Amino acid sequence: MSAPPGKARFSKAVYARPRSLVDVKSHFCPGCHHGTIHKIVAECIDRYGLREKTIGVACVGCSVFLYDYIDVDVVESPHGRAPAVATGVKRAQPDKFVFTYQGDGDLAAIGTSEIIHAANRGENLSVIFVNNTTYGMTGGQMAPTTMLGQKTSTTPYGRDFRGDGYPIRMAELLAGLEGTAYSARVAVSTPAQIRKSKEAVRKAFEMQINGMGLSIVEFLSTCPTNWGMKPLDAQKRVLGEMSEYFPLGVFKERVQADFA
Amino acid sequence: MGDSVTATGRIEIDFERCKACELCVPACPKVCIGMGTAINRQGYASAVFERPDDCTGCAICAETCPDACILVWR
Ligand SMILES: Cc1ncc(C[n+]2csc(CCOP(=O)(O)OP(=O)(O)O)c2C)c(N)n1
Ligand code: SF4
Ligand code: SF4
Ligand code: SF4
Ligand SMILES: [Mg+2]
Repeated sequence: MSAPPGKARFSKAVYARPRSLVDVKSHFCPGCHHGTIHKIVAECIDRYGLREKTIGVACVGCSVFLYDYIDVDVVESPHGRAPAVATGVKRAQPDKFVFTYQGDGDLAAIGTSEIIHAANRGENLSVIFVNNTTYGMTGGQMAPTTMLGQKTSTTPYGRDFRGDGYPIRMAELLAGLEGTAYSARVAVSTPAQIRKSKEAVRKAFEMQINGMGLSIVEFLSTCPTNWGMKPLDAQKRVLGEMSEYFPLGVFKERVQADFA
Repeated sequence: MGDSVTATGRIEIDFERCKACELCVPACPKVCIGMGTAINRQGYASAVFERPDDCTGCAICAETCPDACILVWR
Protein backbone atom coordinates (compact mmCIF):
# COMPACT_ATOMS: atom_id res chain seq x y z
CA MET A 1 0.00 0.00 0.00
CA SER A 2 1.12 3.55 -0.66
CA ALA A 3 1.50 6.26 1.95
CA PRO A 4 -1.70 7.50 3.64
CA PRO A 5 -3.40 9.63 0.96
CA GLY A 6 -3.98 12.51 3.38
CA LYS A 7 -0.26 12.87 3.97
CA ALA A 8 0.79 12.41 0.37
CA ARG A 9 -1.86 14.58 -1.24
CA PHE A 10 -1.91 17.47 1.16
CA SER A 11 1.73 18.01 1.80
CA LYS A 12 2.08 21.70 1.01
CA ALA A 13 1.49 23.93 4.03
CA VAL A 14 -0.48 26.96 2.85
CA TYR A 15 -1.13 28.48 6.23
CA ALA A 16 0.96 28.18 9.34
CA ARG A 17 1.46 30.42 12.32
CA PRO A 18 3.61 33.45 11.38
CA ARG A 19 7.25 33.00 12.47
CA SER A 20 7.11 36.22 14.53
CA LEU A 21 4.03 35.11 16.47
CA VAL A 22 5.23 33.22 19.53
CA ASP A 23 3.66 29.77 19.78
CA VAL A 24 1.83 30.24 23.08
CA LYS A 25 -1.78 30.47 24.14
CA SER A 26 -2.92 34.09 24.42
CA HIS A 27 -4.83 35.58 27.34
CA PHE A 28 -7.34 37.32 25.04
CA CYS A 29 -11.01 36.50 25.46
CA PRO A 30 -12.58 34.19 22.84
CA GLY A 31 -13.06 35.99 19.52
CA CYS A 32 -11.21 39.15 20.58
CA HIS A 33 -9.74 40.87 17.53
CA HIS A 34 -6.53 41.73 19.40
CA GLY A 35 -5.47 38.18 18.49
CA THR A 36 -6.23 38.69 14.80
CA ILE A 37 -4.39 42.01 14.76
CA HIS A 38 -1.33 40.55 16.52
CA LYS A 39 -1.27 37.88 13.81
CA ILE A 40 -1.43 40.48 11.03
CA VAL A 41 1.39 42.52 12.58
CA ALA A 42 3.52 39.37 12.93
CA GLU A 43 2.85 38.42 9.30
CA CYS A 44 3.94 41.84 8.08
CA ILE A 45 7.11 41.73 10.21
CA ASP A 46 7.88 38.38 8.57
CA ARG A 47 7.09 39.66 5.10
CA TYR A 48 9.73 42.38 5.26
CA GLY A 49 12.21 40.26 7.23
CA LEU A 50 12.12 42.77 10.07
CA ARG A 51 12.11 40.41 13.06
CA GLU A 52 15.75 40.91 14.00
CA LYS A 53 15.63 44.69 13.69
CA THR A 54 12.23 45.50 15.14
CA ILE A 55 11.59 47.20 18.47
CA GLY A 56 7.94 47.23 19.45
CA VAL A 57 6.52 49.66 22.00
CA ALA A 58 3.61 48.23 23.96
CA CYS A 59 1.07 50.27 25.84
CA VAL A 60 -1.30 49.70 28.73
CA GLY A 61 -4.53 47.86 28.03
CA CYS A 62 -5.40 44.31 26.99
CA SER A 63 -2.45 44.36 24.57
CA VAL A 64 0.01 45.00 27.41
CA PHE A 65 1.54 41.53 26.94
CA LEU A 66 2.70 42.23 23.38
CA TYR A 67 6.20 41.19 24.47
CA ASP A 68 4.95 37.67 25.22
CA TYR A 69 3.33 37.24 21.82
CA ILE A 70 5.42 38.98 19.18
CA ASP A 71 8.92 37.62 18.85
CA VAL A 72 10.76 40.95 18.74
CA ASP A 73 12.29 43.26 21.34
CA VAL A 74 9.56 45.23 23.10
CA VAL A 75 9.67 48.25 25.41
CA GLU A 76 6.73 48.63 27.77
CA SER A 77 5.63 52.24 27.96
CA PRO A 78 3.48 54.03 30.51
CA HIS A 79 -0.18 54.40 29.56
CA GLY A 80 -0.56 56.50 26.38
CA ARG A 81 3.13 57.33 26.14
CA ALA A 82 4.12 54.77 23.51
CA PRO A 83 4.61 57.40 20.74
CA ALA A 84 6.95 59.38 23.03
CA VAL A 85 8.91 56.26 24.03
CA ALA A 86 9.03 55.15 20.39
CA THR A 87 10.32 58.59 19.39
CA GLY A 88 13.27 58.13 21.73
CA VAL A 89 13.93 54.58 20.53
CA LYS A 90 13.78 55.51 16.85
CA ARG A 91 15.90 58.64 17.22
CA ALA A 92 18.54 56.72 19.19
CA GLN A 93 18.49 53.77 16.75
CA PRO A 94 17.23 55.05 13.40
CA ASP A 95 18.19 51.81 11.64
CA LYS A 96 15.69 49.83 13.73
CA PHE A 97 12.09 49.28 12.72
CA VAL A 98 9.87 50.75 15.46
CA PHE A 99 6.14 50.34 15.94
CA THR A 100 3.68 51.06 18.72
CA TYR A 101 0.57 49.01 19.46
CA GLN A 102 -2.08 50.98 21.33
CA GLY A 103 -5.70 50.75 22.38
CA ASP A 104 -8.24 53.56 22.07
CA GLY A 105 -8.19 54.39 25.77
CA ASP A 106 -4.42 54.51 25.49
CA LEU A 107 -4.04 56.49 22.26
CA ALA A 108 -7.20 58.60 22.18
CA ALA A 109 -7.63 59.42 25.88
CA ILE A 110 -4.61 59.49 28.18
CA GLY A 111 -2.15 59.54 25.25
CA THR A 112 -3.82 62.12 22.98
CA SER A 113 -1.02 64.60 23.41
CA GLU A 114 1.76 62.08 22.68
CA ILE A 115 0.24 60.75 19.45
CA ILE A 116 -0.67 64.19 18.11
CA HIS A 117 2.79 65.61 18.68
CA ALA A 118 4.62 62.52 17.44
CA ALA A 119 2.55 62.73 14.25
CA ASN A 120 3.01 66.46 13.97
CA ARG A 121 6.77 66.06 14.31
CA GLY A 122 6.64 63.49 11.55
CA GLU A 123 8.43 60.88 13.64
CA ASN A 124 9.33 57.96 11.41
CA LEU A 125 7.25 55.36 13.29
CA SER A 126 4.37 53.00 12.59
CA VAL A 127 1.37 53.00 14.90
CA ILE A 128 -1.11 50.14 15.23
CA PHE A 129 -4.20 51.59 16.85
CA VAL A 130 -6.89 49.22 18.10
CA ASN A 131 -10.25 50.93 18.51
CA ASN A 132 -12.74 48.74 20.35
CA THR A 133 -14.77 51.72 21.65
CA THR A 134 -13.99 50.96 25.28
CA TYR A 135 -11.38 50.49 28.01
CA GLY A 136 -11.29 46.73 27.63
CA MET A 137 -8.75 45.82 30.27
CA THR A 138 -10.28 47.74 33.15
CA GLY A 139 -13.84 46.54 32.69
CA GLY A 140 -15.41 48.50 29.86
CA GLN A 141 -15.42 52.17 30.82
CA MET A 142 -16.24 54.89 28.27
CA ALA A 143 -13.41 55.89 25.95
CA PRO A 144 -13.37 58.99 23.71
CA THR A 145 -14.20 56.55 20.88
CA THR A 146 -17.28 55.09 22.58
CA MET A 147 -20.32 55.34 20.31
CA LEU A 148 -23.21 57.65 21.15
CA GLY A 149 -25.80 55.66 23.07
CA GLN A 150 -23.30 52.93 23.95
CA LYS A 151 -23.78 51.62 27.47
CA THR A 152 -20.53 51.23 29.37
CA SER A 153 -19.75 50.91 33.06
CA THR A 154 -19.28 54.71 33.24
CA THR A 155 -22.18 55.56 30.89
CA PRO A 156 -24.83 53.18 32.21
CA TYR A 157 -27.58 55.06 30.36
CA GLY A 158 -25.60 55.25 27.13
CA ARG A 159 -23.09 57.87 25.99
CA ASP A 160 -24.76 61.25 25.62
CA PHE A 161 -23.00 64.01 23.66
CA ARG A 162 -24.37 66.47 26.19
CA GLY A 163 -21.74 65.98 28.82
CA ASP A 164 -19.75 63.11 27.28
CA GLY A 165 -18.92 64.67 23.90
CA TYR A 166 -18.69 62.81 20.61
CA PRO A 167 -16.67 59.78 19.51
CA ILE A 168 -13.31 60.94 18.11
CA ARG A 169 -12.30 59.86 14.62
CA MET A 170 -8.55 59.56 15.23
CA ALA A 171 -7.53 58.36 11.74
CA GLU A 172 -9.07 61.47 10.15
CA LEU A 173 -7.76 63.77 12.88
CA LEU A 174 -4.19 62.52 12.47
CA ALA A 175 -4.46 62.61 8.67
CA GLY A 176 -4.90 66.37 9.07
CA LEU A 177 -1.40 66.79 10.49
CA GLU A 178 1.47 67.61 8.12
CA GLY A 179 3.87 65.12 9.71
CA THR A 180 1.56 62.16 9.16
CA ALA A 181 2.66 60.12 6.15
CA TYR A 182 -0.09 57.53 6.14
CA SER A 183 -3.40 57.17 7.92
CA ALA A 184 -5.99 54.48 7.30
CA ARG A 185 -8.87 52.79 9.04
CA VAL A 186 -9.50 49.09 8.53
CA ALA A 187 -11.51 46.29 10.12
CA VAL A 188 -11.08 42.54 10.50
CA SER A 189 -14.70 41.39 10.69
CA THR A 190 -14.76 39.57 7.32
CA PRO A 191 -12.11 37.59 5.43
CA ALA A 192 -11.99 40.36 2.78
CA GLN A 193 -11.44 42.99 5.46
CA ILE A 194 -8.64 40.95 6.99
CA ARG A 195 -6.84 40.84 3.62
CA LYS A 196 -7.33 44.56 3.10
CA SER A 197 -6.07 45.36 6.55
CA LYS A 198 -2.85 43.48 5.80
CA GLU A 199 -2.33 45.75 2.80
CA ALA A 200 -2.74 48.79 5.06
CA VAL A 201 -0.21 47.50 7.60
CA ARG A 202 2.21 46.72 4.77
CA LYS A 203 1.75 50.27 3.45
CA ALA A 204 2.33 51.68 6.92
CA PHE A 205 5.50 49.61 7.35
CA GLU A 206 6.74 50.68 3.90
CA MET A 207 6.27 54.32 4.88
CA GLN A 208 8.72 53.86 7.75
CA ILE A 209 11.11 51.79 5.65
CA ASN A 210 11.13 54.67 3.12
CA GLY A 211 11.55 57.34 5.82
CA MET A 212 8.26 59.07 5.06
CA GLY A 213 7.10 59.95 8.59
CA LEU A 214 4.47 58.67 10.97
CA SER A 215 2.11 56.00 9.70
CA ILE A 216 -1.00 54.87 11.55
CA VAL A 217 -3.48 52.09 10.92
CA GLU A 218 -6.66 52.27 13.00
CA PHE A 219 -8.36 48.89 13.40
CA LEU A 220 -12.05 48.72 14.24
CA SER A 221 -11.86 45.90 16.74
CA THR A 222 -14.20 43.95 19.00
CA CYS A 223 -14.39 43.58 22.74
CA PRO A 224 -17.05 40.86 23.02
CA THR A 225 -16.59 40.62 26.79
CA ASN A 226 -17.27 44.24 27.69
CA TRP A 227 -19.82 44.72 24.93
CA GLY A 228 -21.72 41.76 26.38
CA MET A 229 -21.95 40.13 22.97
CA LYS A 230 -21.01 36.85 21.36
CA PRO A 231 -17.97 37.26 19.09
CA LEU A 232 -20.04 36.87 15.91
CA ASP A 233 -22.54 39.50 17.08
CA ALA A 234 -19.66 41.79 18.02
CA GLN A 235 -18.37 41.52 14.44
CA LYS A 236 -21.84 42.48 13.20
CA ARG A 237 -21.66 45.59 15.35
CA VAL A 238 -18.37 46.53 13.69
CA LEU A 239 -19.87 45.97 10.23
CA GLY A 240 -22.97 47.97 11.15
CA GLU A 241 -23.03 50.99 13.43
CA MET A 242 -19.30 51.21 14.02
CA SER A 243 -18.29 51.39 10.35
CA GLU A 244 -21.10 53.86 9.71
CA TYR A 245 -19.61 56.31 12.18
CA PHE A 246 -15.96 55.34 11.64
CA PRO A 247 -15.69 54.90 7.85
CA LEU A 248 -13.03 52.54 6.53
CA GLY A 249 -10.53 53.97 4.09
CA VAL A 250 -7.21 55.67 3.52
CA PHE A 251 -7.22 59.27 4.70
CA LYS A 252 -3.66 60.19 3.87
CA GLU A 253 -0.92 58.60 1.80
CA ARG A 254 2.28 60.52 1.24
CA VAL A 255 4.05 59.81 -2.03
CA GLN A 256 7.24 61.75 -1.46
CA ALA A 257 9.21 62.41 1.71
CA ASP A 258 9.42 66.01 2.91
CA PHE A 259 13.08 65.50 3.67
CA ALA A 260 15.65 63.37 1.93
CA MET B 1 -7.26 11.57 9.03
CA GLY B 2 -10.15 12.76 6.84
CA ASP B 3 -8.66 11.44 3.60
CA SER B 4 -11.29 12.58 1.19
CA VAL B 5 -11.36 11.89 -2.52
CA THR B 6 -12.99 15.18 -3.44
CA ALA B 7 -11.10 17.57 -1.18
CA THR B 8 -8.25 19.68 -2.54
CA GLY B 9 -7.17 20.85 0.89
CA ARG B 10 -7.05 19.83 4.51
CA ILE B 11 -7.03 21.70 7.80
CA GLU B 12 -6.14 20.84 11.35
CA ILE B 13 -7.68 22.65 14.30
CA ASP B 14 -5.58 22.73 17.46
CA PHE B 15 -8.07 21.23 19.92
CA GLU B 16 -6.35 22.59 23.05
CA ARG B 17 -5.80 26.11 21.68
CA CYS B 18 -9.32 26.68 20.32
CA LYS B 19 -11.46 29.08 22.37
CA ALA B 20 -14.72 28.19 20.62
CA CYS B 21 -15.31 31.75 19.44
CA GLU B 22 -17.08 30.36 16.34
CA LEU B 23 -15.60 32.99 13.99
CA CYS B 24 -14.19 30.33 11.64
CA VAL B 25 -17.58 28.66 11.16
CA PRO B 26 -19.31 31.25 8.91
CA ALA B 27 -15.92 32.28 7.47
CA CYS B 28 -15.48 28.98 5.60
CA PRO B 29 -17.05 29.39 2.15
CA LYS B 30 -17.50 25.61 1.96
CA VAL B 31 -19.12 25.19 5.39
CA CYS B 32 -16.55 22.61 6.45
CA ILE B 33 -16.29 23.66 10.08
CA GLY B 34 -18.76 23.12 12.90
CA MET B 35 -18.70 23.40 16.66
CA GLY B 36 -17.92 20.26 18.60
CA THR B 37 -18.97 19.00 21.99
CA ALA B 38 -15.69 17.73 23.48
CA ILE B 39 -14.34 20.19 26.05
CA ASN B 40 -10.63 21.06 26.03
CA ARG B 41 -8.42 21.90 29.01
CA GLN B 42 -9.29 25.59 28.74
CA GLY B 43 -12.94 24.64 29.14
CA TYR B 44 -14.03 25.33 25.58
CA ALA B 45 -15.86 23.03 23.18
CA SER B 46 -13.44 23.26 20.26
CA ALA B 47 -14.45 23.76 16.65
CA VAL B 48 -14.21 20.62 14.50
CA PHE B 49 -13.38 19.95 10.84
CA GLU B 50 -16.77 18.42 10.16
CA ARG B 51 -16.96 18.16 6.39
CA PRO B 52 -13.45 17.59 5.04
CA ASP B 53 -14.74 16.48 1.62
CA ASP B 54 -15.41 20.04 0.51
CA CYS B 55 -12.23 21.71 1.76
CA THR B 56 -10.31 23.59 -0.91
CA GLY B 57 -7.38 24.64 1.27
CA CYS B 58 -8.24 28.31 0.74
CA ALA B 59 -6.99 29.15 4.28
CA ILE B 60 -9.76 31.66 4.95
CA CYS B 61 -10.59 29.89 8.22
CA ALA B 62 -6.96 30.10 9.32
CA GLU B 63 -6.70 33.78 8.49
CA THR B 64 -9.88 34.40 10.46
CA CYS B 65 -8.94 32.53 13.65
CA PRO B 66 -7.83 35.09 16.25
CA ASP B 67 -5.88 32.40 18.08
CA ALA B 68 -3.99 31.04 15.09
CA CYS B 69 -5.14 27.51 15.83
CA ILE B 70 -5.82 26.38 12.29
CA LEU B 71 -3.18 24.93 9.98
CA VAL B 72 -3.91 24.41 6.29
CA TRP B 73 -2.42 22.14 3.63
CA ARG B 74 -3.06 21.76 -0.06
C1 LIG C 1 -1.40 55.96 34.22
C2 LIG C 1 -2.49 54.92 34.22
N1 LIG C 1 -3.78 55.31 34.29
C3 LIG C 1 -4.76 54.40 34.27
C4 LIG C 1 -4.47 53.06 34.20
C5 LIG C 1 -5.60 52.04 34.20
N2 LIG C 1 -5.85 51.46 32.89
C6 LIG C 1 -5.32 50.27 32.54
S1 LIG C 1 -5.80 49.77 31.00
C7 LIG C 1 -6.74 51.16 30.81
C8 LIG C 1 -7.55 51.40 29.57
C9 LIG C 1 -7.17 50.55 28.43
O1 LIG C 1 -8.07 50.74 27.38
P1 LIG C 1 -7.59 50.66 25.89
O2 LIG C 1 -6.38 51.47 25.69
O3 LIG C 1 -8.75 51.01 25.03
O4 LIG C 1 -7.15 49.14 25.70
P2 LIG C 1 -8.05 47.82 25.54
O5 LIG C 1 -7.89 47.11 26.82
O6 LIG C 1 -9.44 48.23 25.24
O7 LIG C 1 -7.41 47.10 24.39
C10 LIG C 1 -6.67 51.99 31.92
C11 LIG C 1 -7.40 53.25 32.07
C12 LIG C 1 -3.11 52.69 34.15
N3 LIG C 1 -2.74 51.39 34.05
N4 LIG C 1 -2.14 53.62 34.15
S1 SF4 D 1 -11.58 42.46 27.60
FE1 SF4 D 1 -12.14 42.94 25.50
S2 SF4 D 1 -10.27 43.77 24.52
FE2 SF4 D 1 -9.68 42.70 26.41
S3 SF4 D 1 -9.13 40.62 25.77
FE3 SF4 D 1 -11.28 40.57 26.43
S4 SF4 D 1 -12.45 40.94 24.55
FE4 SF4 D 1 -10.33 41.54 24.14
S1 SF4 E 1 -9.29 25.92 4.11
FE1 SF4 E 1 -11.03 27.01 3.17
S2 SF4 E 1 -12.43 25.39 2.57
FE2 SF4 E 1 -10.97 24.44 3.99
S3 SF4 E 1 -11.98 24.58 5.98
FE3 SF4 E 1 -10.71 26.41 5.78
S4 SF4 E 1 -12.06 27.98 4.93
FE4 SF4 E 1 -13.06 26.00 4.63
S1 SF4 F 1 -11.78 30.77 15.02
FE1 SF4 F 1 -10.17 29.59 16.05
S2 SF4 F 1 -10.58 29.81 18.25
FE2 SF4 F 1 -12.44 30.43 17.15
S3 SF4 F 1 -13.69 28.57 17.04
FE3 SF4 F 1 -12.50 28.64 15.15
S4 SF4 F 1 -10.64 27.46 15.59
FE4 SF4 F 1 -11.60 27.92 17.55
MG1 LIG G 1 -10.01 49.82 23.96
